[in-house]
Amino acid sequence: MTTSPTPALTADLLGALSRLVGSRWVRHRPAELATYAADGLPTHESRPGLVVLPGSRSEVAAVLSLLAERHVPFVPRGAGTGLSGGALAGGDAVLLTLTRLNRILRIDPASRRAVVEPGVINAHLSQAVARFGLQYVPDPSSQTACTIGGNVAENAGGPHCLKYGVTTNHITALEVILPDGSTATLGSPQGEPWGPDLVGLFLGSEGMFGVAVEITVRLEPTPRDIRTLFAEFTQLRAASSAVSAIIASGIVPAALEMMDQSCLEAVEASIYATGARTDAAAVLLVELDGAPEAVAAEAAVVEPLLRANGARSVTVATSEPDRARLWLGRKKAFGALGRLAPDLAVQDAVVPRSALPDLLDQIAAVRDRLGIRISNVFHAGDGNLHPCISFDRRDPRQAAAVVTANREIMEACLAAGGSITGEHGVGSDKREYMPRAFQPAALDLMCEVRRVFDPDGRANPGKVFPANVCREWRRGDRQ
Amino acid sequence: MKAGVAAALAGALGPALLDGEAVAPRSVEEMAGAAALATEQGWQWKLSGRGTWVTDDPPADLELSTRRLTRVLSIAPADLVATVESGVTIAELGAALRPHRLWWPVDPPGRGERTVGSVVATATAGPLRHGYGPVRDQFLGCTVVVPDGRVVETGGRVVKNVAGFDLPKLHAGGFGAFGVIARLHLRLRAVPESDTTLLAEGDRPRLLAAADAARDSGVGLCALELLSPAAAGTSEWCLAARLAGTRTGTEGEAARLRVATGIAWHTLGHDHAMSFRDILATTAESGSSTFRLGCLTGDIATTLGLLEATAGAGATFAGMGTGQLRWSGDVAPAQLIALRRELAAREVPLTIERAPWALLRAAGHFGSLRNGVGPILARLRSLFDPAGSIVVALEGNHG
Repeated sequence: MTTSPTPALTADLLGALSRLVGSRWVRHRPAELATYAADGLPTHESRPGLVVLPGSRSEVAAVLSLLAERHVPFVPRGAGTGLSGGALAGGDAVLLTLTRLNRILRIDPASRRAVVEPGVINAHLSQAVARFGLQYVPDPSSQTACTIGGNVAENAGGPHCLKYGVTTNHITALEVILPDGSTATLGSPQGEPWGPDLVGLFLGSEGMFGVAVEITVRLEPTPRDIRTLFAEFTQLRAASSAVSAIIASGIVPAALEMMDQSCLEAVEASIYATGARTDAAAVLLVELDGAPEAVAAEAAVVEPLLRANGARSVTVATSEPDRARLWLGRKKAFGALGRLAPDLAVQDAVVPRSALPDLLDQIAAVRDRLGIRISNVFHAGDGNLHPCISFDRRDPRQAAAVVTANREIMEACLAAGGSITGEHGVGSDKREYMPRAFQPAALDLMCEVRRVFDPDGRANPGKVFPANVCREWRRGDRQ
Repeated sequence: MKAGVAAALAGALGPALLDGEAVAPRSVEEMAGAAALATEQGWQWKLSGRGTWVTDDPPADLELSTRRLTRVLSIAPADLVATVESGVTIAELGAALRPHRLWWPVDPPGRGERTVGSVVATATAGPLRHGYGPVRDQFLGCTVVVPDGRVVETGGRVVKNVAGFDLPKLHAGGFGAFGVIARLHLRLRAVPESDTTLLAEGDRPRLLAAADAARDSGVGLCALELLSPAAAGTSEWCLAARLAGTRTGTEGEAARLRVATGIAWHTLGHDHAMSFRDILATTAESGSSTFRLGCLTGDIATTLGLLEATAGAGATFAGMGTGQLRWSGDVAPAQLIALRRELAAREVPLTIERAPWALLRAAGHFGSLRNGVGPILARLRSLFDPAGSIVVALEGNHG
């Protein structure tokens, strides 16, 4: 746990910010600041010096210009649903909360584009465009609360990213305000960049390059037909083998999700129950979408593959209520797991798909050795694991076991050729693993690229890179 | 080439480094050594692959080529990932993947001798962009040699990865300005059971309407390309559609396409489809210059009109689902700059993919940049290439 000291920012700054955005949109009292001391990850806490909630892009620019003049660090934040401790600010920093910039500015159904402010809630966008037969595809589990701006900062994913790609594949242009208060237009409405792909570079920069204040997103047609298959397995490895078989068949499902027995037990004991038998070692949720003939043909391939790889039952849902019930269990799994213990640490890592069975075995070994409960609910189709550790942070033994388990799981994923994060970001949580994930030259270069956008290092300081990792690139040794 | 430079470099690093007049390292380490020495000596270099796409006339002290980085290092069928050196050609890659029933779903303009590194560095996607996305989505990570000789591994080899900043994106379409792409982790797909190409010919307005109908109907296609007669090698405009998936699925979608568009389509046999793709690939380099535009799909018809009026006759390719237009022909710098200005007013970027140096020097691959991008780009170039070793015209003198 980390807890920063109380604010060191001046009353003068408070006054200046209040004049820019209105005093009701600047939070400075301890009780107010406490509500911003954590995001969705319970293992990190830090109370910001001040919280400011601008209401327009011009206010964002004015706030950033003011902070630049006074050399004050800042941390952009959306809804605070992130799972990496990425949107936490220390006592010397201003937390820039963007939830008031929540307007959908334009919808262009013919060209399948929408322009939104960063505080628009992910699910609200899909709801707004549904009447045109369109959807915004990236669907993090927190989509009913998380913001598009936060999704941009983290390059968020979601179950349906297997077929359609993550956030970076759905953003064509950004209006950004850089840490010095200047603006830049990245990308174009169609997506072809004016110059190198700076939209791609900005996506997933975890608030360290600046603030996106206007976001142009690509919309996709709502699928004409959707079929969801729910398969129960008595062996975890069999479920993993089924995943490999489906991918190898050439079919790319819209989603291919797995829950293990521990997760299933929690879901079935909750109001999100799917009706599955809790003696299953794992369940797979396979969603196929597209044209009716194509979906039927793919289902005719996938269902036998599931059975051939050991599924003891396969339920096919075609009606919206049945599909919704199955998906509710998956999407609300984290909520269901939250009932198991006072705290839940949701981890995020990626391995090559072929390494999934071995990784799940290794996670089970970590669980058994440390005597903690780890449940797995994850995006199996792209090898994106989410081991969820139930614990009580008040128990030092359990808190220490969580740290050990996280480290061992990250090391196992890296050893398998994977990544320390697939969609949650590095934030505060995984900085220490960055030197294990990247060679010094790559880390140095990333630090310097950050300085291209933020020479003073004031935007979301202390995230992504461990302290003192960034050497002087220009003087760096050759690798 | 500056007299004696290549020989001096070969003298320092070994004569085997030379391939004709070019410096063509055989490994990433050799590439790093050559880049470091050239930068140390203050020599400027131009990058090349097999020399089949970009023109070879940029002024430089030496040519640094990836043409001998030709190893397919690994293919992991279960993970749908291949690791290759950047000088592997598109044809060689296809041949290596075929026994595994895998493919890299990128069909770039130009001949099969184009290298994978060239395709990524220029971000030259073809019609398959409609179904599989742009080039930047088709690789997971890369190894880059920066001008001072450091070797930087960026990205990874898993399909989802948000650890650190997404530096590979800078190299996709960076035209080599940020270093030499030496190795790539490619994202593969399993070969579909069925892969069908349909063709319709007719007048342009009718085909445009048909393409709109196809797009609006939501027919599942992996390519939908409107082609001028010069692009398709036909007497009339063509609309080409490609469907991939299960046999039942593609047959059903083909039937829906016919109903939705109301035009006469004919299905190409396998050999005919292959030769048709070859025609498209080569006509995309039929003129001295090739450039691409990105417009919204609703603006394709008017953009085509503007293109025709300003750039003149040429081979024109229009991705009807993506809004990516490509044109190849002969165009003067003043003509192109005028077109780019006209397009900029409509929020349509124009990127020169290949052109004689005189045109590139004047107009740049990207031309004048948008609000706030110029300073960012200048700082990035200064970071990666502080000595200005790499000869590449991103902005041009009059962009």
